[in-house]
Amino acid sequence: MDRNRLQHQVACMRRSLFDQGYLDEPFIQLEELQDDANPNFVQEIVTLFYTDSARLIQNIEHALNSRPIDFDKLDDYMHQFKGSSSSIGAKKVTNECTVFREYCSAENAEGCIRSFQQVKQEYAILRRKLEVYLQMVRQAAVSRTA
Amino acid sequence: MVMAGESQFHVLAVDDSIIDRKIIQTLLKTLSYQVTTVDSGAKALEFLGLHQDDTTNPNTPSPPNNHQEVEVNLVITDYCMPGMTGYDLLKKIKESSLRNMPVVIMSSENVPSRITRCLEEGAEEFFLKPVRLSDLSKLRPLMLKTKLKDQNQKQEEKAAFQSPKLQQVEQKQQPSNDDKGKAIDEGLSPEKKN
Repeated sequence: MDRNRLQHQVACMRRSLFDQGYLDEPFIQLEELQDDANPNFVQEIVTLFYTDSARLIQNIEHALNSRPIDFDKLDDYMHQFKGSSSSIGAKKVTNECTVFREYCSAENAEGCIRSFQQVKQEYAILRRKLEVYLQMVRQAAVSRTA
Repeated sequence: MVMAGESQFHVLAVDDSIIDRKIIQTLLKTLSYQVTTVDSGAKALEFLGLHQDDTTNPNTPSPPNNHQEVEVNLVITDYCMPGMTGYDLLKKIKESSLRNMPVVIMSSENVPSRITRCLEEGAEEFFLKPVRLSDLSKLRPLMLKTKLKDQNQKQEEKAAFQSPKLQQVEQKQQPSNDDKGKAIDEGLSPEKKN
């Protein structure tokens, strides 16, 4: 496809990610840090985020399945997850993490289990959208102007 | 503004989050600093050449770099870390021979009592995460201030050990410290405007 067209699509998708609240200001900082010295910076950070999140999700699931539930440990994992999602500007994921931590400090197991489903859902949605978006960015970068 | 002959500033960044380490490393490199990242307070102390029990003697004289292989000009650390928190690390540094080392704390949580505690313990700044480039541009004056303090201190120590005859000769050749201080201040003020 024509480069201008692709770039336009990229710009539209990018704007909607921000308008719909999936991404926030810290993501812009990541984009700004990408340059000739760090040409794949955004993808590198996002990939790190996927790996780190997978680890934390597994840990949280394990902790939620243990009896009795160790709420301190749970909070610790979720604190880490919230931290990294906040660092990349993953707004909705970060907000769900906050909800989870509220149930956690109230030692509300059911609330934790429910809100964890929300966290996982938001994470999955964001991941899908980011993968599509970054794929489009790559395509636009290697495309030619018609 | 970089003065001729000034070596790069070296920042030690401490954070248990791999993502935050990568981000802060890139941010600091963008500001042309040399960066080392470690994932724990214990490793930070090791890198600084301090041992965990090396912090109990307040009478240790400070030229600050007699332990280090590599000179570190500033430590920036996350607050919440397993094992040794950023606050613990701050405390250990301030109780060591590196007590003049500027330390900056970062935290994802805005807890006023936490901020106060860190500043009272000697932290120069407290940044809320996610840390921005604009936050980190506050670091240069901190490092510059300490470097100048160290240079002046070294000069004083040097003068104290010289023979009276040598002292007389040197005093004739060099401008007084006051003039030097003034010139440096003037050099700094354009930077403050930024």
